[in-house]
Amino acid sequence: MEKLKYALFTGCTAKESTPEQLMSTYAVADKLGIELIELTEASCCGASHLQDYDDFLSLVLNARNICYAESRGLTMVTICNTCQLNTAMTKHRLDNNESLKARVNEKLAEVGLEYKGDSEITHFLYAIIDDFGLDKIKEMVVKPLSQFNIAPFYGCHNIRPSELAGGDNPYNPTSLDDLIIACGGENVDYEEKNKCCGFHAELQSPNTAARLTGKALMGALDQNADWMVTPCPLCHLKLDTQYDHASHAVGRDVKMPVLHMQQMLGLALGCTVDELGLKHHVSDVTFI
Amino acid sequence: MTSITTQTITFKVFRFNTETDYLPAYKEYRMEVTSEEVVLDILNRIKWEFDGSFSYRRSCRHGICGACAVKVNGKGVLACKERMNDIIELFGNELTIEPVSIKRAVKDMIVDKADFWQKHDAVKPYLISDIDEHPKQESLVTPEQAEALLEADLCIQCGLCHYSCPAIEENDDFFGPAAFAAAYRFNADVRDEGTLERLDVVNQMGAGVWDCVKCFECAEVCPKEVNPIEKITKLHNQAFEFGRAPNNVAVRHAVGFAHSIKKHGLLDEGELVRYSEGNLGVLKHVPVAIKMYKKGKIVLPWNMPKSDKLDEIKKLVKISSTVKF
Ligand code: SF4
Ligand code: SF4
Ligand code: FES
Repeated sequence: MEKLKYALFTGCTAKESTPEQLMSTYAVADKLGIELIELTEASCCGASHLQDYDDFLSLVLNARNICYAESRGLTMVTICNTCQLNTAMTKHRLDNNESLKARVNEKLAEVGLEYKGDSEITHFLYAIIDDFGLDKIKEMVVKPLSQFNIAPFYGCHNIRPSELAGGDNPYNPTSLDDLIIACGGENVDYEEKNKCCGFHAELQSPNTAARLTGKALMGALDQNADWMVTPCPLCHLKLDTQYDHASHAVGRDVKMPVLHMQQMLGLALGCTVDELGLKHHVSDVTFI
Repeated sequence: MTSITTQTITFKVFRFNTETDYLPAYKEYRMEVTSEEVVLDILNRIKWEFDGSFSYRRSCRHGICGACAVKVNGKGVLACKERMNDIIELFGNELTIEPVSIKRAVKDMIVDKADFWQKHDAVKPYLISDIDEHPKQESLVTPEQAEALLEADLCIQCGLCHYSCPAIEENDDFFGPAAFAAAYRFNADVRDEGTLERLDVVNQMGAGVWDCVKCFECAEVCPKEVNPIEKITKLHNQAFEFGRAPNNVAVRHAVGFAHSIKKHGLLDEGELVRYSEGNLGVLKHVPVAIKMYKKGKIVLPWNMPKSDKLDEIKKLVKISSTVKF
């Protein structure tokens, strides 16, 4: 197989509050022989909030990010569910609306760029599953996670709306479960695995947000999960750092280790604890 | 033509009668299901073949009255539209059928939709306009103007989005996706003069658009592809466009992204929280921030990373901004 090569859109979180996610992304890519070219020019995607304020500005900025994947002739890979949705939604809207695309390109032309629409955009999770392949992952696993019950937490923007997502059915997603199994772990089925963690309303609607986080952690704990795994740094932040509010909201201690999907894969592939940034977790992960 | 196939399916069906039962129960029914059937056929067969007291709503059988909404394995469906084949392919041959909202169940599949209608009413889902009693000509709407509704008028008020919305589940005040879609439908109507009134209603904290968690459940479940969250975004946009956005934590949070991008290209997470909450409000986040800082999860202002080619971003923000706050 030809070496896989992608343009990596890191998003902001991986550069700030979840440094372990960026470290583990590179560690895993290294093990798998996937080449990632970081889009250092990229701006914030607006995280589903900028478009509430200024939808057109959000489109222009996201289109600009895509331009830099296009100019490198690469598929863009994202490592955040919300970056993925915002970027994919921008692409979908521009590719299906010539006049909107023209308006956006008029602005981009002022900085010498043009959005063409010829780069695909995919989440790293699906790049690993669809492009690299789970069978090959299985062959490369050196430390199977066979002693762990692992609860997959998909995160909304990775599965909904389904026409923009990576191919999972949002009512019964399987990709992350399949990755857990490929790593040798036991995948835990629980009701909240495809539900919302509440992240996007944390400041605006703190009670709702804390209840949703609490229910997700509680659902996984009640099905005997040892830890949770997620492909989204925003879900991770919510589930890893906000357990106090979440426990309070559901009236029960719901603290539980939460790993990024890259960290889980990295463990199975034999990456070290340091390479995976496991010291950057707020909920204890010393079980590893 | 493909031939008709048959499979044995076990249904666990929510049974409850508020008048006689203390608690609901799940009854099991096994039956041969053919590839031709829809979920409503199964509901009918439970009633006709197993238990005549089984209750559910249906009327049109054509996906237009919105009465037959139920949940199968948690997926909200219109029973008369949802093909059993698709459901079996997705979930296998053990299926749980429940009303759209267990906490509002009255009898079996029948729920009390009073909350849905009250919230609908709250957003004034009708034309507000001073129309001459004897107009000289009809009020014409061009095709382009009609398109601006973005098909929000296709809503059949089935309630599937409302009862799939986690924000409603946790917050009784929240108006919910169908009400917001209705608010947008009339705000976007050129004949309507009630936009400002409606914007004030939907911008209330707790009940309004700012309490949406952006989960896209409403967009996914809607059988009419109304895409309620798209209309929620439009209502947010209108709040700024018409100068109706209140100066509160939710609004500043959205605006804060623009400030941050202009300065760094990337989001300054700490500054976003400070700007949104204000210097006093931000204090409640200090305990979590300290835990995060200890684990190397907080970037201090002087270490804030910046996008390459920041000048380009600054210029684009300057020339592409369409609103002010
Ligand atoms: S996107 Fe918002 S309105 Fe739609 S279901 Fe989720 S919380 Fe409710
Ligand atoms: S928006 Fe769609 S799901 Fe919601 S009530 Fe209307 S038709 Fe039903
Ligand atoms: S019976 Fe009318 S929509 Fe299903």
